[in-house]
Amino acid sequence: MAQNIAITGMGIVSAIGMNVEENLMSLKGNKHGISKIENIDTILRDSIFVGEIKKINQELLDLLGVKEVVNNFSRTSMLGTLAVKEAIEDAGIDVRSENIGFINSTTVGGMDIIERYYNTFEFEKDEQHYIEVHDAGNNTNVICDYLGIKGMVTTISTACSSAANAIMLGARLIKSGRLDKVIVGGMDGLCKFTINGFNTLMILSDAHNQPFDDQRKGLNLGEGAAYLVLEAEESYTKRGKKPLAFLSGYANANDAFHQTASSENGEGAFLAMQKAFEVAGLDVGSIDYVNAHGTATPNNDLSEGRAILNVFNQNVPDFSSTKPFTGHTLAAAAAVEAVYSILSLREGIIYPNLNFETPMKEFDLIPNLQLKSKEVNAVLSNSFGFGGNCSSLIFVK
Amino acid sequence: MEKCFINGLGCVSSQETINDDFLKSPIDYSDAFLIPALKPDYKSFIPPAAIRRMSNGVKNSVVASAYAMKEANVTEVDGIITGTGMGCIQDSEKFLSKLIEYNEEYLTPTPFIQSTHNTVAGQIALNLKSKAYNFTYVHAGNSFQSALLDGMMKVQLDNKNSVLVGGVDEIGDHSLMLFRLVNIYKKEDEKNDIFYPQTPGAVMGEGATFFVLGNEKQDNTSAELLDVDMLSKVEDDNVPNYINQFLEKHNLVHDDIDAIILGNNGDVKFDHLYTKAEENFETAEKVYFKHLFGDFHASPSIALWIASNILKKQHIPEVLYRNIPRERKSSYKKVLIYTHYRGQDHSLILLSNV
Repeated sequence: MAQNIAITGMGIVSAIGMNVEENLMSLKGNKHGISKIENIDTILRDSIFVGEIKKINQELLDLLGVKEVVNNFSRTSMLGTLAVKEAIEDAGIDVRSENIGFINSTTVGGMDIIERYYNTFEFEKDEQHYIEVHDAGNNTNVICDYLGIKGMVTTISTACSSAANAIMLGARLIKSGRLDKVIVGGMDGLCKFTINGFNTLMILSDAHNQPFDDQRKGLNLGEGAAYLVLEAEESYTKRGKKPLAFLSGYANANDAFHQTASSENGEGAFLAMQKAFEVAGLDVGSIDYVNAHGTATPNNDLSEGRAILNVFNQNVPDFSSTKPFTGHTLAAAAAVEAVYSILSLREGIIYPNLNFETPMKEFDLIPNLQLKSKEVNAVLSNSFGFGGNCSSLIFVK
Repeated sequence: MEKCFINGLGCVSSQETINDDFLKSPIDYSDAFLIPALKPDYKSFIPPAAIRRMSNGVKNSVVASAYAMKEANVTEVDGIITGTGMGCIQDSEKFLSKLIEYNEEYLTPTPFIQSTHNTVAGQIALNLKSKAYNFTYVHAGNSFQSALLDGMMKVQLDNKNSVLVGGVDEIGDHSLMLFRLVNIYKKEDEKNDIFYPQTPGAVMGEGATFFVLGNEKQDNTSAELLDVDMLSKVEDDNVPNYINQFLEKHNLVHDDIDAIILGNNGDVKFDHLYTKAEENFETAEKVYFKHLFGDFHASPSIALWIASNILKKQHIPEVLYRNIPRERKSSYKKVLIYTHYRGQDHSLILLSNV
């Protein structure tokens, strides 16, 4: 039986809110954040829907109080900083005086800036300070500089499972005794690079995404950032901090099937969930809610659905995907959904899987369709990504 | 806690590192303004169609990881963990320049798929049909050390007996041009002199270096990995202190270190930190490598390859010294690696002979 890792703080920005409480209000009020894209000038404007945060970069900088015109913030690191700031305030920790760890994750880093100036950097000296944001680690360090974080810092990039893996590494670093407090999570801002990349894969929906629906047409990309503060028992007991919840299980496995697609039987997903239960020392029957990866691509939902059925021996607990609220926020997704999982434990609520109409013909799985109140003691959260990367996390009260 | 051994090495770099010679015939790059990796014989490892499709970083990684696994005598692994600063930058550039040039039209998915940072780890997993733990770190100069720390924890705490850990970066023409504009890399007329830095920036290199870590000592084991440490911010004057505290944690004093490998890269703005780092090491032999390999985010993986070789072969090639020590050590028991990236993201790696 593994030692539990406490969560003592959390922070989030997404298309449905700029902090934890705003996100909760939206989830409770069925208020989704999916819309046409406004902040990016793309030819795909009329053919896709996204989970976009309706604030332009200058508004985000104003929220951060950044006055310098010459700064190194990308949209991604602006979102990241806002969410990290909320998480450390919530945890009540002082990153300036202690060597607190920071395990960040991103898939695009500062690509929104790079794609804007790619061909003009050479001639426009005023833009050149932005060149460094092409490097993902630089985006993490910008957050460290702003908030004064100075401990062990690193950045993970494992596509759509990135934040789950950041959370997992943080937990292992605490278990190993190397750290007693660590900020973990992920961030990604929307940019043309990602939108067009997913468009070439033909997995973007031209409507609102419908996870686990037979008529699902693909995903809506989103943007956001979310972070947890993980803390060792000795540390939060000593400072008298009451944990929000505990991370009890985590695992990562590779599907080793295809560079972008999941195997049809969801073997990697199955392995990740199974190993997470082993680490947690929990029985599958103890799970009250599954926050599915549920991207609404034909491939993911079939593969994940089969894996869930296998793991739970056909007795699947309440489950839903919250991507119809936020869109798929890529590297941030697992952290966004970790925050939602913890809110589910705290509030005793199960979120609706919006936009669901028709059960899939391959199996008999119907997600939770209405906001539901019940005692929630354990939540399983899945995140799967390109490169066959599958990760599962288990949160308990 | 289990011990963590380095049981296999594979290194594709600007030197003849893929064979077992430990820099016997070093190539001189003192006049170079760019130091690309030598191309290994891809054909023995990768099907011809894939050779055309894959970027250099992926190909070099496939070859380097195959060598490391062969040396460790393993055919499957319990984890694949890579560190890369810029990921598959060649494919990123391909996708991005087309996106801009054709205003988001006529794009194809392949360069996008291959542009993701975790392409290398994913590709190796696909080749090995490995469903094991699979991670990619992208934290600039600490990308590789993050992967190494993770791999070490997998071995020491989760009792894994073969974890593949690698550091890889490739040269991308457009990003190199951009990084030169802001003095991260040296301009074309600036000399590669890591011992007497004159100008800001480093000469860019590239490479892929892989290791198999395991909890069992084998005939081919080159070293024991004792610790990896990373710290984001250290004030300049505190660098010796950071090193002291690390040594104390391991009950060591400076003179216990037989060789210290330093990441001097000829950047006049930041190399003074290496001078500070050296100052308390009176007896340790000082070893440098970036004059032979150039610099890139994952270059500390080359330092680990050198450290492993020093401990295994009990020898330091002369080309790695700034000044050849008057009295060279008769044996090498402990090797320390210190690097930082542009004044932050400091790291220490400690190894012991077996």
